Amino acid sequence: MAIATDTRNGIGESPLRKEDARLLVGRARFVDDVKLPGMLHMALVRSPYAHADIVSIDKQAALASPGVTAVFTGDDLKFAAGVPCASNPTGEMVHPARPPLARGRVRHAGEPVAVVIAADRYAARDGADQVVVEYTPRPAAIGVDAALRDDAPRIHEELDSNVALVLTHRTDGVDAAFADADVVVEHTLHNQRLIHVPIETRGVVADWNPASDDLVVYSSTQVPHFLRTFLAIVCGVSEAKVRAIAPDVGGGFGAKLNTYAEEFIAAAASRAVGAPVKWIEERSEAMLATCHGRAQDAHVQLAANRDGKVLAMRVHYVQDYGSYLQMLTPLISQLTLLMAPGPYAIPELDVKVTNVYTNTVPTDALRGAGRPEATYAIERMMDILAGELGMSRTEVRRRNFPTEFPFTTAVGLLYDSGDYHGALDRLLELSDDQETFERRREEARSRGKLLGRGLSTYVEVCGFVPSDVARTVLGLTPGGWESSTVRMHPTGTVTVITGTSPHGQGHATSWSQIIESELGVPFADVEVIHGDTAFAPYGLGTYGSRSIAVGGTAVHLAATRVREKAQQVAAQMLEAAAADIEFKDGAFSVAGSPGKQVTIQEVAFRAWQAFDMPEGVTPGLDETVFFDPPNCTFPFGAHGCEVEVDRETGKVKITGYIAVDDCGNVVNPMIVDGQVHGGIAHGIGQALYEGAVYNDDGQLLNGTLVDYLIPSAAEVPTIRTERTITPSPTNPLGVKGIGEAGTIASTPAVVSAVCNAVGAADLDMPLQPETVWRAIEERGAG
Amino acid sequence: MIPHAFEYERPETVADAVGLLAGSGDGARVLAGGHSLLPMMKLRLASPGLLVDIGRIPELRGIRETADGIAIGAMTTHAEVAASEIVRRDCPLLAAAAAGIGDMQVRARGTIGGALAQADSHADLPAVLLALDGEVTAEGPSGSRTIAAGDLFVGYLTTSLAPDEILTGVRVPKTAGGAYLKFNRRAQDWAIVGVAAIVDGPGARIGITGAGPKAVRATAAEEAFASGGAEAAAAHAADGLRPVSDTAGSDEYRKHLAGVLTRRALEQAAG
Repeated sequence: MAIATDTRNGIGESPLRKEDARLLVGRARFVDDVKLPGMLHMALVRSPYAHADIVSIDKQAALASPGVTAVFTGDDLKFAAGVPCASNPTGEMVHPARPPLARGRVRHAGEPVAVVIAADRYAARDGADQVVVEYTPRPAAIGVDAALRDDAPRIHEELDSNVALVLTHRTDGVDAAFADADVVVEHTLHNQRLIHVPIETRGVVADWNPASDDLVVYSSTQVPHFLRTFLAIVCGVSEAKVRAIAPDVGGGFGAKLNTYAEEFIAAAASRAVGAPVKWIEERSEAMLATCHGRAQDAHVQLAANRDGKVLAMRVHYVQDYGSYLQMLTPLISQLTLLMAPGPYAIPELDVKVTNVYTNTVPTDALRGAGRPEATYAIERMMDILAGELGMSRTEVRRRNFPTEFPFTTAVGLLYDSGDYHGALDRLLELSDDQETFERRREEARSRGKLLGRGLSTYVEVCGFVPSDVARTVLGLTPGGWESSTVRMHPTGTVTVITGTSPHGQGHATSWSQIIESELGVPFADVEVIHGDTAFAPYGLGTYGSRSIAVGGTAVHLAATRVREKAQQVAAQMLEAAAADIEFKDGAFSVAGSPGKQVTIQEVAFRAWQAFDMPEGVTPGLDETVFFDPPNCTFPFGAHGCEVEVDRETGKVKITGYIAVDDCGNVVNPMIVDGQVHGGIAHGIGQALYEGAVYNDDGQLLNGTLVDYLIPSAAEVPTIRTERTITPSPTNPLGVKGIGEAGTIASTPAVVSAVCNAVGAADLDMPLQPETVWRAIEERGAG
Repeated sequence: MIPHAFEYERPETVADAVGLLAGSGDGARVLAGGHSLLPMMKLRLASPGLLVDIGRIPELRGIRETADGIAIGAMTTHAEVAASEIVRRDCPLLAAAAAGIGDMQVRARGTIGGALAQADSHADLPAVLLALDGEVTAEGPSGSRTIAAGDLFVGYLTTSLAPDEILTGVRVPKTAGGAYLKFNRRAQDWAIVGVAAIVDGPGARIGITGAGPKAVRATAAEEAFASGGAEAAAAHAADGLRPVSDTAGSDEYRKHLAGVLTRRALEQAAG
């Protein structure tokens, strides 16, 4: 790897984000900014029932409503396939039918049953209110317990029960280890149902040109190429005629790692009416009808010796899938299974995952996607084990860290590199010693406050994913590679076209830094294009903290090829052998004759002219690389949290937070810090504030941002971010990924601190004031 | 989040506003700061046929000192109340409560009259007005009248204002001290429970919000305070309260909070 060390904005520097100027002055372009001539607007008619048969749909009043152009039901818009799922962990899992517009049956409140096309969105919404749908309600199964009962209403006729899929992994010595253990601790952990709440809701503009039969779809998505492929499959059109564009996207958190019914409906409606159709999701719809996340229980047993060494783990995860499969629904709890032992060398494992259909919105990836669930379960259990053994929470962890890397877990994953003791050491160096803390704790008690400290140590899996692993381990439809084109222009500037699809991550900045380091072209001379399938080679998109490790590596490798080709051209220009050419700070020179040099910009001009090219070298400097990683990456770290609890009300205030993360080499420290901050805020949300609540009829009780609480700036403490650096051997940049680490680590750290404050072994999230107050009352704490 | 169609009028005098309301039947609503009404319209929980925007009526804005108190125009924003030298000096409880309503955007647009006329069961100002023993003025087709705080709040989102009456102003007596304590989960949220307290010699006046369909005076707690102080008052704070249970907390928890906040507010007010 050729890293120019004396450039200003290369790898390891923190230039300000290129993206921010247009975002800050309101000149970014989101889907809602797309306005096409003759464009119509659509509104969905959604089921008010969680489970019902559709008896009839009367469109007449809606068609007579002012401004309404058309009304379509599932009988009107024909699709070649249903809403797709790209995950089949066993290869034999049944994917239940899911037409984009419901036909005959609805299975969750909010499911689309009809669509109204009108001149503006107000007319469309009013028209939707005029569509009369007659339903015969059916009993609903809300929550996994209700859905697993013998007499539970069956949600999908294709299946014998509401059990969608069972996955298991078992090593041979589990029972013997439990029999030999000094202690066994057992507990059930709950990861509540969460809603993503990106600032920008979903949105689509579909433009089907009736003359050419071309389809252009703008969508607020993390995966424009998947969208193109699935539009072709679901709408029955040539993929070569489909162009999908993800313009600026205002957050996704996994919600937009999906292709949704509304995207297909908008495309089909545009074809039917012969005009562009726009749909901008209302916030209420985003709460009700965009996929949710988490909704997983873990029943865990740990067998351990008195010295704290964990001998074996039995765990049964029960995942609420909701009513249908989204793009990657089955993958999420599968990732939980794979990460069940966390950062610990637990030799024997018995893991089972039962996945269950319920009459609720489908669940899918939500920042962390399966790894927060695994981390939460094992981290809370390590605290409980420490309590049982009378050992400190840090010591019980240390007794179980692996120290040799790469490390093969009992599940069979190969953790690429790590120094788990090092991260925990750093956290403890930055934290108050126990004596100081106890002194502050006493002082606080006199003020009616209970102080508590908690921690989590974590490892996660990122850099999705070697394509062979996608096939053999995960059962995914696509592989896990990523693409990039690096193109030098005649005047020496560079365009990078990336297959990743950023929606807040800052790829334009980080990818430019990679180019500056590799080619010596100034950061400011690099432009990054993403999200448009008309320009980009196929890309798999942005999710699972994969972009830097897979997409960033593709950028690096394409730049390396550009440099290698430029070196041949430079040799010709310098009248030397290519092997004698050196490259430094963006210029080629002949070894031993430093005065004679050509810049890479001069080489780019010559390569464009193609005058006097070396034998066999083609014109231009324009290289495309598809990179398939040899392994995933495994970031890790240790987070510590301190809280102050009001003993009379149970209200929790986070008073200190230290994050020590190791994501391998760091391209842009400022962006990494930002990802950690955002991730921790998200994890605090799960620990203290968030939780989608359905009643027994399947109505979402907190479907507005007045009662579904996400933390604001006032609730997020000052965060101290620190790093250890253990490069990944999986890619030439040595990077791992950081988008989800903060979320994964912070939720158990916060809960650990609150439990420590009130003297509880465990509490169920979200730790609402009433929950904590009751825990204090029960224990007489304080 | 898209409201039904509605008509919109922006009169320049109270008389014109009252005329518009009286002429349109039940389908009209007064638009003040809009921070409760507009979200309700966007959720289609409210669908008025006519919005009468009173935001540009000069006589409804402003704060002035009167012989025995402060008169505040209904369309004075929370931010203006919070920043007013007069209110901060002569009624610090109201200034402090206004400074804690919602977030900066809400305080910049939301109004004192709008908040009281909306009578949200979790709003701050109803409890504060009750504790202050304030009153509001209202104007309708048959003229103007004064409504004491204790007579204003009737039930959930319901006041004793007639549909064609406009709340025009708020009057509070000059009152030293006092405390308003709001318990919520996040800084900008509505009160789960809020308690306003004023200690006046041996007596106290206590207003509680969030613990029932409307804000109320905690009369049992007030009586207990006179004989037994803050602890005794706290023990009776929940007497007669009918809080709901929802995703923010159970009725039992809200009653508990009413006690804790009452004691703390009284101690702070006395301190």
